[in-house]
Amino acid sequence: MSSHDRLSGRLVKAPENFISPAGVRAVFGEAQAGRRDFVRAAYAAALAGAAVPAALAQGHPLPTEGGDANILELPAHSKGLGQGVATDGYGKPSKYESNVQRRPSPGLTQTAQSSVSFAPLQSLFGIVTPSGLHFERHHQGWWDIDPSRHRLMVNGSDDKMLKQPLVFTVDEIMRLPSVSRFHFIECGANTGMEWGNVAVPTCQYTHGMLSCSEFTGVPLKLLLDMAGVDHQRGRYVLAEGADGASMTRTVPMELIESGEVFVAYGQNGEMLRPENGYPLRLVVPGVQGVSWVKYLRRIEVGDQPYGTKDEAVHYIDLLPGGQHRQYSSTQECKSVVTTPSGGQVLLDPGYYQISGLAWSGRGKVKRVDISVDGGQNWKTARLQGPVMSKCLTRFSLDWVWDGKPAIVQSRAMDETGYVQPSTRQLRAVRGTRSTYHNNAVQSWMVQENGEVKNVQLS
Amino acid sequence: MSSCRETLSRSLLALALATAGPGALAQAGYPGVGRPATPGEVRAWDIDVRPDFKGLPQGSGSVAQGQDIWEARCASCHGVFGESNQVFSPLVGGTTADDVKTGHVARLNDPTFPGRTTLMKVSTVSTLWDYINRAMPWNAPKSLSTDEVYAVTAFLLNLGGILPDDFVLSDATMAQAQQRLPNRKGVTTDHGLWPGRGMGNGGKPDVQVVACMKDCATAAQVASFLPDFARNNNGNLAEQQRLVGPQRGADTTRPPAANPAAAAATALAAAAVAPRASVNSPAAAALAVAQKNNCTACHGLERKIVGPAFRDIAARHGARADAEAYLTAKIKSGGQGLWGVIPMPAQTLSDGDARLLAGWLAAGASQ
Repeated sequence: MSSHDRLSGRLVKAPENFISPAGVRAVFGEAQAGRRDFVRAAYAAALAGAAVPAALAQGHPLPTEGGDANILELPAHSKGLGQGVATDGYGKPSKYESNVQRRPSPGLTQTAQSSVSFAPLQSLFGIVTPSGLHFERHHQGWWDIDPSRHRLMVNGSDDKMLKQPLVFTVDEIMRLPSVSRFHFIECGANTGMEWGNVAVPTCQYTHGMLSCSEFTGVPLKLLLDMAGVDHQRGRYVLAEGADGASMTRTVPMELIESGEVFVAYGQNGEMLRPENGYPLRLVVPGVQGVSWVKYLRRIEVGDQPYGTKDEAVHYIDLLPGGQHRQYSSTQECKSVVTTPSGGQVLLDPGYYQISGLAWSGRGKVKRVDISVDGGQNWKTARLQGPVMSKCLTRFSLDWVWDGKPAIVQSRAMDETGYVQPSTRQLRAVRGTRSTYHNNAVQSWMVQENGEVKNVQLS
Repeated sequence: MSSCRETLSRSLLALALATAGPGALAQAGYPGVGRPATPGEVRAWDIDVRPDFKGLPQGSGSVAQGQDIWEARCASCHGVFGESNQVFSPLVGGTTADDVKTGHVARLNDPTFPGRTTLMKVSTVSTLWDYINRAMPWNAPKSLSTDEVYAVTAFLLNLGGILPDDFVLSDATMAQAQQRLPNRKGVTTDHGLWPGRGMGNGGKPDVQVVACMKDCATAAQVASFLPDFARNNNGNLAEQQRLVGPQRGADTTRPPAANPAAAAATALAAAAVAPRASVNSPAAAALAVAQKNNCTACHGLERKIVGPAFRDIAARHGARADAEAYLTAKIKSGGQGLWGVIPMPAQTLSDGDARLLAGWLAAGASQ
């Protein structure tokens, strides 16, 4: 059989209900009458929306007769009066967007208070995460704290570590000179379920402990300078939350001295959401999310790291040989294709924009390469500006899907020259039981039926 | 936009700092902002305990005292022997007397050993003390006295065979406990992921690869994927994708489609169905109350967690004539024995909330 025959043969051998009996009669009736354009249109319609209400078929078929009813028959919203201003004092997404939600991964945790919900990366555009879809990680449940009763204390591990321990109200923090910066926040355990094998189906669950916001706040350096910190001795800073867990993490003084670390109260133009630490949280750019302590109540300057629960029992990375890496904090360069991605179905062959997110805890993303053949050949993607340090960067590449299986991957490189490793390259050094800091290249297999599957390559 | 704002902020900051003058407290640059913390305030909040035991308060508690506290306050989540995985990862297990000698937990090298317990991982005893003191018990953090924290820490280490039955843990004996911690030598900071100079290797990455662009050596063999029977494990993916755009979500309640047209058809059809429970229903109100009062930490709707599933409670007690009154009383008083050994503590929710929940349970715990 020639390739042409195989192609047409596949079309003829359509599955049951591929075209309705009435459709078949119409097609052959019209075909005998010589209206070949109509035949093509009918096939296109059948391909796009067999057995589906016509209004839902988004494959954009050629109209069967006359034209598209959505054009020919004016909808109610074109012929009536719409709703007034401030119908909702705080607007919400369209009701058609209700599938776009942050979600927990079933079975991952057994309580809702020490748990995580994943951001729906597969449905997001650009680099900013809408605040209501920001991923959540709580260690002992979240609170909506009265800002008038919240305090931030700065003190030292001993009397000589700083000149004067200080207390600030939230009013006072908001009076000080502020910065607004875009940064990503990624949980150290993001993609942690995938160290050994594929465990979850979509990029929401593989990579959704990742979000990016414009945060506003006061550089921590300013507050430490106000307290008169001894920078010779005080090389470590403990951040502590006010919630039940009173989460604590050690942050290196070098990051604070760089001016990068700040005490945030703003997120995407409004106050932090309660789930994200209202009224104050620490922003530690490039460092895993657990260090961005929420409900921040205290900063202690000290001369030693603190060995807290989340840096001595959790957030330690098991290596081959049985040693754990402690105080692993930096989120290394990483990327993921969000469209097309696992769990999606490509409705037709043809043009698609491959798009995704890249980031690095060491600075700016310099380049992203994309492969559609499982890593044998790569093309450099477009980066959408502005490319900012320790911030998500959106990338894209044109792609025409020919209907054949394809394995789509992205590989990011940051300004230090570090290249995101493949799963194999990462495992060769760290094994499969590190839990944290999995930044391997993600592979999505577009199958012939259009369904995209999460796969790992050998 | 942000860079403009940032530049402005920076100039303001520079200006403000400059006006403070050399040698002056920077606070002087921001008059009216911040005030000295009182010694009492610092004592109230400065509760952290470091690995060198700085911050450790005076006090003591024995293994035996710890056992009593454990059974009353800790066992409901962590199990009588700290072994339970019903709510959290097990605390105890996987360590040996030999590990206590070597300071390395040998089982960390055994990939077949299921999970890693707290005692297999923790390298500093201060961490246990500090965390129990600041965050335990789970539903009443910071409610243990200093002596109780010592006692609970002692009992936990005793459960792991680390401290003997007659041990009294105190600020004076913490160092002895540290010397017996099974994984005390099990951590390293020799890595490139600490963004400071005090620890680590200065940021040098451990995985270094070259970005090959053409004809790269890769087998491209699919080694791992979700089997078809697991495709609905995270719920129906058709309901987790936007209803407009280049793709739809796969209808994972059905087997994979045989061909593109069928896949597209089922994806479009599934996307059209978006059932939503009414937020005003009695079931939604009861579930909201259960969520608000943290009932759902221990009870799933259809799934046992620590306590029985709401549906199982409904099935067992719904037929009683006095089901609502009975369940209201049980919620308020707590209980033990009907569903297993793990007790349910008395709950402090309002009478109205308790009755609402009880009524919903008595009526079958519908969704």
